[in-house]
Amino acid sequence: MITAELIRLLAFLVGVIAFAALNAAYLVWAERKGAAFFQRRTGPKEVGPHGLLQPLADGVKLMTKQLLVPDGVDPVLFKIAPIMLLVPAIMSFVAIPFGETLAARHIDLGLLMIFAFASVNVLGLLIGGWGSANKYAVIASARVVSQNVAYEIPMLLTAIALVMATNTMNLNEIIIQQGGGIWNWNIIRLTWAASPLTPVAFLIFFTCMLAETNRAPFDMAEAESELVAGTFTEYPGMGFGVFFMGEYANIVIGACLVTILFLGGWQSPLPFLPNSVVWFLMKMYAIIFTVIWIRWTFPRTQFYALLNLSWKYLIPISLLNLIVTAGWLKVF
Amino acid sequence: MAYFSELFTGTRSLFIGMGITLREFFNTKVTLQYPHEYVKMTPRFRGHIELVKDAETGLTKCIVCGMCQKACPSGCITVEGEKREGVKGKVLTVYTLDFTKCSLCGMCVESCKPGAIDFSKDFNLASTRRSDFVYDLIKRLEEKN
Ligand code: SF4
Ligand code: SF4
Repeated sequence: MITAELIRLLAFLVGVIAFAALNAAYLVWAERKGAAFFQRRTGPKEVGPHGLLQPLADGVKLMTKQLLVPDGVDPVLFKIAPIMLLVPAIMSFVAIPFGETLAARHIDLGLLMIFAFASVNVLGLLIGGWGSANKYAVIASARVVSQNVAYEIPMLLTAIALVMATNTMNLNEIIIQQGGGIWNWNIIRLTWAASPLTPVAFLIFFTCMLAETNRAPFDMAEAESELVAGTFTEYPGMGFGVFFMGEYANIVIGACLVTILFLGGWQSPLPFLPNSVVWFLMKMYAIIFTVIWIRWTFPRTQFYALLNLSWKYLIPISLLNLIVTAGWLKVF
Repeated sequence: MAYFSELFTGTRSLFIGMGITLREFFNTKVTLQYPHEYVKMTPRFRGHIELVKDAETGLTKCIVCGMCQKACPSGCITVEGEKREGVKGKVLTVYTLDFTKCSLCGMCVESCKPGAIDFSKDFNLASTRRSDFVYDLIKRLEEKN
């Protein structure tokens, strides 16, 4: 009994890490290709067919660089920060149901767990900036924190509205409730089970997801044109590489969350098509594509505009959404 | 009221912007794979100067008058010639161009009456050694033959 459980555990550990690492590596490739295509360029092409070995080359390049720890940094914080970004992101994969039975663990409070781990991400960036003993990094990490605080509120408010409607925090349960065709997905819920504001909630959640994962146009954490490279200014080689992988793992988590909460997870769009993990991955990668698409369409927002968007628009509207949902559930 | 109209127009403009980039995504790509492919240089491109080949004799048209050397404000041209038995005029023996100093002003080409020099279309010139930019134009002409 115990060995079977151990093997299961090990299999999922390997699977989750491989999934996260492969995604991180190839999302960098996809990002560069996407960037190129949106600008009518061809992107990476030299290393392997269509530049498919580019992530490998990038990896080798990062590994061969010296792991420099600058003078004056806080050595413990400096070294722990990239790990604090990557590990929680990988841990979050544990709770994500990719298919009906394909999940490392069906956790009853899966949604809560992912949000809890997501908040460690900010701490990692803050510690990285603070430990770097560099003014620009400290400024950047201060901005990251205020941004994340600002966007966590509307994100959680919309999530709460959804939890109220679905009456569970189990991610698989949330997906099961969206079964039976595209009209049952939370994004365009045409049944009485959720409020009519869910498309708005989707937009809010998606915007917050972009901001939480520090993606353009909200990439204040990096801000390479203003702050050199924001919080990771002082990080060399693989230290930066781990930060980068953490960022991409976070994007995957964000896309998974959007897929689960609004797009019906592994549910097929039409009732007669079989449910499968393929639907999940298709939806997830569509979201990731949109994230890349947005990045190469809009310039980085100014910081005041960023905070204004959250405090002036997203938070009031998500509060309204919460109230409307509560009223809706009471009436129907 | 401005609050809502701002919200509405703002969101709308974001979607219009995304529409434009999506169109470009599927548009034909314009990248030139530079080291493997080259652009066709325009006829007016001014590279370093080069001796022109006479279509009839296959030799240089230069009469060693030295006008180009005099005209060059940077002093990068060296022309030398010698008298030879049975040949009218002088024969060109040395024509070197120190391209490190050349400002591509074109004075030399303008001052050359027989039209013996012209701009080349070479642009892919890179080296770590200064001496690589001192060209023996006679040798280049011979190599072309
Ligand atoms: S282009 Fe101007 S600077 Fe260059 S060789 Fe001719 S005269 Fe001299
Ligand atoms: S001006 Fe023309 S003909 Fe005279 S020396 Fe120079 S290249 Fe030769």
